Amino acid sequence: MRITRLAATFGAFAMAVSMAACASDDDSGSSGGGSSASGIVGKAQNDKKLVIGVKADQPGLGLQTGSTYTGFDIEIGKIIAKGLGVDESGITWKTTVSANREPYIQQGQVDMVVATYTINDDRKKVVNFGGPYFVAGQDLLVPTNSTITGPESLAGKKVCSVSGSTPAKRIQTDYKDAKLQQFDTYSKCVTALAGGQVDAVTTDDIILAGYAAQDQYAGKFKVVGKPFSKEPYGIGVKKDDSAGCNKINEILKTAATDGSYKKAWDDTLGKSGTAAPELDVAQLTNCS
Amino acid sequence: MDVFSDPANVDVYVTGFLWILKLTIAGTVGALVLGVVLAAMRVSPVPVLRWFGAAWVNIFRNTPLTLIIFFCYFGLFSTLGFSASDDIDRNNYWLGVIGLSVYTAAFVCEAIRSGINTVPAGQAEAARAIGMSFFQTLTMIILPQAGRAVIAPLGSIFIALAKNSTIVGTIGLAESSNAMKDLINANGDQVISIFLAFAGTFAIVLIPTGYGFGWLARRLAVKR
Amino acid sequence: MSTDAVLYDHPGPRARARNRILTVVFGVVVLALLYWVYTKFDDKGQWAAALWKPFTQGSTWTDYILPGLRHTLEAAAVAAVLSLAFGIVFSVGRLSDHWWVRVPAGVVVEFFRAVPLLLLMFFIFFGVPFLTQQPMSIFWSVVIGLTLYNGSVLAEAFRAGVLAVPNGQSEAAYAVGMRKGQVMANILIPQAARAMLPVIVSQLVVLVKDTALGYIISYNELLQMGVNNVAANFGNVVQAAIVAAIIYIIINSLLTAFAGWLSRRTRRSGRAPRSTGGSMPTPAPAEVL
Repeated sequence: MRITRLAATFGAFAMAVSMAACASDDDSGSSGGGSSASGIVGKAQNDKKLVIGVKADQPGLGLQTGSTYTGFDIEIGKIIAKGLGVDESGITWKTTVSANREPYIQQGQVDMVVATYTINDDRKKVVNFGGPYFVAGQDLLVPTNSTITGPESLAGKKVCSVSGSTPAKRIQTDYKDAKLQQFDTYSKCVTALAGGQVDAVTTDDIILAGYAAQDQYAGKFKVVGKPFSKEPYGIGVKKDDSAGCNKINEILKTAATDGSYKKAWDDTLGKSGTAAPELDVAQLTNCS
Repeated sequence: MDVFSDPANVDVYVTGFLWILKLTIAGTVGALVLGVVLAAMRVSPVPVLRWFGAAWVNIFRNTPLTLIIFFCYFGLFSTLGFSASDDIDRNNYWLGVIGLSVYTAAFVCEAIRSGINTVPAGQAEAARAIGMSFFQTLTMIILPQAGRAVIAPLGSIFIALAKNSTIVGTIGLAESSNAMKDLINANGDQVISIFLAFAGTFAIVLIPTGYGFGWLARRLAVKR
Repeated sequence: MSTDAVLYDHPGPRARARNRILTVVFGVVVLALLYWVYTKFDDKGQWAAALWKPFTQGSTWTDYILPGLRHTLEAAAVAAVLSLAFGIVFSVGRLSDHWWVRVPAGVVVEFFRAVPLLLLMFFIFFGVPFLTQQPMSIFWSVVIGLTLYNGSVLAEAFRAGVLAVPNGQSEAAYAVGMRKGQVMANILIPQAARAMLPVIVSQLVVLVKDTALGYIISYNELLQMGVNNVAANFGNVVQAAIVAAIIYIIINSLLTAFAGWLSRRTRRSGRAPRSTGGSMPTPAPAEVL
């Protein structure tokens, strides 16, 4: 009897400790909705804090350099936060990867996601999208002397993408003749491309351009330039947060005209010389 | 509604576990052969062989398998040009087998070496007394006895190998952990049943296997 | 070291000559192999200074590698403590006289030993929030996954250790009037823990290595920060992985060395039987990975 009582006490104790620890760790993420205004608008007002999910390993878009994050997505995140009344110091950047963006939003680990996040119908079922703030397209990154001219010439070629990503799925369903290699990050794909193990890397053109522009690959790769999909990048918030989504679209409308959108581009991706795209406010989602 | 009522999803599940099965079988063979050779090196009279065995164990046992699998792709294949097949999946499979083998061999080597320790010194002394060489002593006297003593630890090692083969998914093989991740991504609401299907399969196969090894170990134990 | 090795005779002149030839041949083969690897890496430009240069800059270490290492060690340390507690609780549970404690404890231990850690972490991180309607922090997903798996393995190790303590020990304890709990806590567990020290430590090494799986659910540990993020900045994924591997090898070697020291310190003298291997102090009962 003694043993079992001892064991039970220990078990209960260990459980209590771990639960307390779990509960205390991420409280800040869910405590925002206390007042009448819920969603990110309410949280921004009450706490003056936001947690924004971004990519950490995509040059030009969302790249963690030291303790800071840089890139176009980051600048967009700052614009939105500013519009919501949150200072840069109130923003906590949180690294997300493609596979965990929906759970992060649903579980409240982040307040919003600005991470090369394509708006599509499947995701709309679980996430509400503001934006799009940019329209990318799936493209191919190939060695400069490659004969690949577009997705049609991929038959028998080895193409690399990130496992579980939309570009990878599109290759699997629409271009079955291509051979697909999957890794967990694009930098591994690009390394494999540099080593000649794969013939092309495929994902959104804007991401590929970021890699092609990196110093160590200068002159080695080119983006084919024939996008074969439309990837409208949105800003993901909780499914029921239509107010937050509408507010994000308003902020984007302002950003399109007051120059802050152009500045965000020029400071990041625009450095390679590409002119800033137009933010087409007519395309913004209706936040249903 | 149910994930596994869709044959395509069942196919993902089956394919995932077929890869695990193949990786486990080939990895076990590779690790066993390599592990015995390494153990023999570690107890051999030639210092260089002993150092080599020790270096192998210390390097591979202390490196995360994720990194070893990574080096199989980017070192062995990408840089050294080793290629087992032009087919991406087959090639990644063999790279995975090599990674699992070299990693697990370090553990097999140490298990066998501790098995050798359980053989009483008199056995080796008697073998030498009748003029057996090191190689003869090892293969005819010591290893057969040591092998019976290490069945239980080897069993745990190979069960761990089966579980570790999920890590080959990091170089893109659609084994069960990638399969599970894909299914969860597509059916987020059924995450529990998906997990139970995958984890349950491992449990149903591996728990009896563990007991099987335990039974075998007791049956074959050298009575002393 | 070979003075107590009994597997082979002391080499005479011919054996020494043969061993020397073997040494030279094997040494040359290994060196040739290493040289071949070196030149291959050289051909592919993997030794290019630009790829290694980031590791000579302090900022690479302070921005990526050291914070990553800190996260790795944090997760490993918390999980190690919890695993030991889990292991003790469940080993005692499995040894209980009451079936309603023994059986559930056994089911838990057997289940978590059989499920790959990767699946477990996926489930805790992506699945549990659906049950609790609460977000799951990445850190605790990693730590709980590590604890359930390694704790279960340790529970089996402790149990084997307790069962291996000679019967006379517990009989004597009962004879002087100790209760079951006292016998377990004061007599059996301490002896089992000492006997199982090699297993415990090798399991802790496993635990440190397994934190590496955390990067798959985007925990900012050594591989995420020191390999993926470094590579995203500098395009040197192979070099970054080599550096990370060396760091892991150093940490785990230190851990093993510490265990060796600890085991020498705590070992009772006069019990180790003479055996054939020579160099290995105690036969490691069961090493799991």
